[in-house]
Amino acid sequence: MMAQDRFRSILVLTLSLSSLLPAAKGQVADWRQIVIPPLPAFNPQEPRRVELHNGMVIFLQEDLELPFIRGTARIRGGSRDEPATKIGLAAIYGQVWRTGGTRSRTGDDLDDYLEARAARVETGGGIDSTSISLDCLKDNFDEVFKIFVELLREPEFRDDKVPLAKNQLDTGIARRNDEPAGVAAREAQKLGYGANSPYARQPEYATVAAVTRDDLVNWHNTYVHPNNVILGVVGDFDSKTMEEKIRTAFDSWPKGPAPAPPQVSFNGPKPGMYLVQKDDVNQSNIRMVELGTRRDNPDYYAITVFNEIFGGSFSSRLVEDVRTKKGLAYHVGGGIGTAFDHPGLFQISMGTKSGTTAAAIDALYEEIDGLKTRPPTEEELKRAKDSILNSFVFEFDSKGKVLQERMSYEFYGYPADFLERYRAGIEKVSLEDVQRVAQKYVHKDGLAVLVVGKAADFDKPLTSFGPVADIDISIPPPPGAAKAAISTTSEAR
Amino acid sequence: MRIRALSILLGGALFAALPVTSSGQDLASLEKQVTVKVLDNGLTVVVCERHEAPVFSFFTHVDVGSDREYPGITGLAHMFEHMAFKGTDKIGTKDWPAEKVALAKVETTYAAYDRERRREFGRDEQKVAELKKAWEDAIAEAQTYVVPHAFDEIVEENGGVGLNAFTTNEETAYHYSFPVNRVELWAYLESERFLHPVMREFYKERDVVYEERRMRTDSDPNGRLFEQFLGTAFIAHPYGRPVVGWPSDLKTFSATDAENFFEKYYVAPNIVVAIVGDVKTAEVLPIVQQYFGRLPKRPQPEPLATVEPAQDSQRQVTVQDPAQPLYVEGYHKPSARDTKEEPVFDALQDLLSNGRTSRLYRSLVRDKKIAAFAGGFNDFPGAKYPDLFVFFAFPTPGHTPGELRDAIRPEIERLKTEDITDDELAMIKTRSKADLLRTLGDNAGLASQFATAQGVFGDWREFFHEVQRMDQLQKADIRRVANQTFVDSNRVLGMIESTQMAGGRKKQQ
Repeated sequence: MMAQDRFRSILVLTLSLSSLLPAAKGQVADWRQIVIPPLPAFNPQEPRRVELHNGMVIFLQEDLELPFIRGTARIRGGSRDEPATKIGLAAIYGQVWRTGGTRSRTGDDLDDYLEARAARVETGGGIDSTSISLDCLKDNFDEVFKIFVELLREPEFRDDKVPLAKNQLDTGIARRNDEPAGVAAREAQKLGYGANSPYARQPEYATVAAVTRDDLVNWHNTYVHPNNVILGVVGDFDSKTMEEKIRTAFDSWPKGPAPAPPQVSFNGPKPGMYLVQKDDVNQSNIRMVELGTRRDNPDYYAITVFNEIFGGSFSSRLVEDVRTKKGLAYHVGGGIGTAFDHPGLFQISMGTKSGTTAAAIDALYEEIDGLKTRPPTEEELKRAKDSILNSFVFEFDSKGKVLQERMSYEFYGYPADFLERYRAGIEKVSLEDVQRVAQKYVHKDGLAVLVVGKAADFDKPLTSFGPVADIDISIPPPPGAAKAAISTTSEAR
Repeated sequence: MRIRALSILLGGALFAALPVTSSGQDLASLEKQVTVKVLDNGLTVVVCERHEAPVFSFFTHVDVGSDREYPGITGLAHMFEHMAFKGTDKIGTKDWPAEKVALAKVETTYAAYDRERRREFGRDEQKVAELKKAWEDAIAEAQTYVVPHAFDEIVEENGGVGLNAFTTNEETAYHYSFPVNRVELWAYLESERFLHPVMREFYKERDVVYEERRMRTDSDPNGRLFEQFLGTAFIAHPYGRPVVGWPSDLKTFSATDAENFFEKYYVAPNIVVAIVGDVKTAEVLPIVQQYFGRLPKRPQPEPLATVEPAQDSQRQVTVQDPAQPLYVEGYHKPSARDTKEEPVFDALQDLLSNGRTSRLYRSLVRDKKIAAFAGGFNDFPGAKYPDLFVFFAFPTPGHTPGELRDAIRPEIERLKTEDITDDELAMIKTRSKADLLRTLGDNAGLASQFATAQGVFGDWREFFHEVQRMDQLQKADIRRVANQTFVDSNRVLGMIESTQMAGGRKKQQ
């Protein structure tokens, strides 16, 4: 600490002296001569973990900077658990849970009451969980928390809000082919996991129409039990008092069953070329995908370093070669995807003008081949590790972020000190590790290559890379709709 | 191009009115953390101490965007923004003296080639090909001196995060965050890029920027509509031109054009640098002085002369497109610098658009069920010059832009003829205070607010003052402004008419 301060004052003194010298003007040392002092010691404040008798886990994180309190409860069970005939159920549930109100108040009443206090209580549905959050000035906490608790324990799912939520999903379905990058992201996911995989499938008019209010009530009764809930609260409060309030609200809540996550098989894509015809664009969206892995894989650290080198930063190979040197793209990037409890996808993504589509695919192949012909170097390794380790402090530079991380580790059963292990793991990564994961997870012959674009304008037909499978993205009509009203996107060619 | 939903100009707080006690932030306590210094060359520095974690963020606001372009060089402000990542005479070169000569040759060969290829009569194709070859050879020669991505690499290997920049119709901004032990390195890098910028790899980067245009505008139905919509709304003012530039200009302008643009507009008095985080002001200011003080003292360019003439009858643009429909309706209004009217438009935005209590949500989405989203937004496409208040809505499947228009219109009439309720007025005021408070807990967000408010209004406190003014708002202000703004002759309509039916669904059951 002393040394730190002394160093700084010397630094300032040197600078102010040099500024007096005319010769120094415009001739400040080049960046390599700038001394970087050690970063001050920093021990981020950890949230306090409390577990109730009924299994509900609570994290309390005091943050007195601003007069707000924010909280999120994350509940096991999400869209990957919904039946294939009712895709969209978790998303509809995530809306109507809040808009449908509680036993004592309608959702519209809640809107008026909360908005008048600049407060928010919102719900949502995700892939593996649903959530309910609150955000309010601390002086309104008690009344807002009461609503939060009522929504958890006595939601009403009033019928009139069900069609409203379905409207939102139907609009999303109708518009899902409008933006080419959206089409590419969705279809790449389907190629990587399989079109019917819980990690890729999409709601359709028919599956949305099949969802009823009873489904929403059943969902709530199946999943929302204290032993499936992790609650995190951050803000301007005293932990002891907050713990008491939470205990009072939830101690009496009886435990319920804990449904197991779905058994999903991951077989990877069928390699080859895939085309989505889209005639109203002058840029092709290209994706290359195969299966990635999980974060509890010991390779995770080497993968993180590899990604930084390959396609995860401005100074990565993909950006440098494909964007900067060849000028073929504005957007290009990629890497080996990882997720907490299921394999992520290896994915490369880029956009290039229609007339350089084949050239761009060649350029991407060249980068993949390059992993063998010009394997990552010591210099690249050092730069990538420096980048990850020097920016490590940004993983926990706010109390809210620290809370989020801890909640994620709890949710997925990862060790509480995963972040510290991550730092240690990155430090140990060697060049051999990086080269090994590049060979292990990136397979040119295993890739599904997807192009969303206007084929007539391509520089070479995609068939020059092999047989091409056309993907039909036309939207299945809603049940009972007149066939005549439908047309697909592939007319006039 | 972006719609500033709740722009930095409209958050804000008068804390005395809030039920906030001990720990709350307010303007008085923030003033103790903030220091403003204008250097001798005219560059403004704003420093804010926030000791949450050993990191800091900065935001460099340059008071020029596409507003200072003219036909032929549209897109150039944005192009220069890209060039500011290409390094300097020390960063990114293997041999600067030789590279400098090579880059000069790129420019002379390009000028010769460009002149010949654009000749309208008597163009000699063989000569064009030769000149093009000479230019390409010069580029290849210059490329041999380049260390690609040197600037990005220095930032990234030193732990920089959020490295990026953006250009709007009136501003260019650069930002990232660093660990706090890199303050001096940052000051060096950020001042050096504006002291010794080098137009290396310019023409390849021009292709990259063109890809950005294809992504954001050409291949995106909403992008296609908004380019046409703004071109219809503004016939004289640069707000009518795309920030990314017209295709012809993106294929024509030169590195010399970019250098000239830089020389004229990147002058110290046009630049505000805000730095927020775990810094000590007394230590940062001398460093900033040392590095940014090196920028030459040059005069500020004259203000933009062109003012959009008053619109005297309704305009309309319809884009026929395979995509799903969209409806937009805009009205000309004064700039955000009009401190009397701006809070009223901010209040209108909140009333019409913010959340499930908003009027357009309740009418179009909840009750009529013809829209999936509907809102009214202030300060489009910018805030510095007279701009637009725009309503826009996405229909649910089977509904048309015309139905949206017909449903929005009575909501506008209601603003003119009925006072908003006491509850609505109180809600708007409460939310504006709380929303500002919510922005204060983030270094990067604060740096952006400080720099932009200081740059556009000459005072970082402006984002507090706005809300103090909002707190004085009367119901009659809303009616007055609605009556003077939302009139037929001041309206610009824009819509996407779908050339194909969406998934069939007709009317909501």
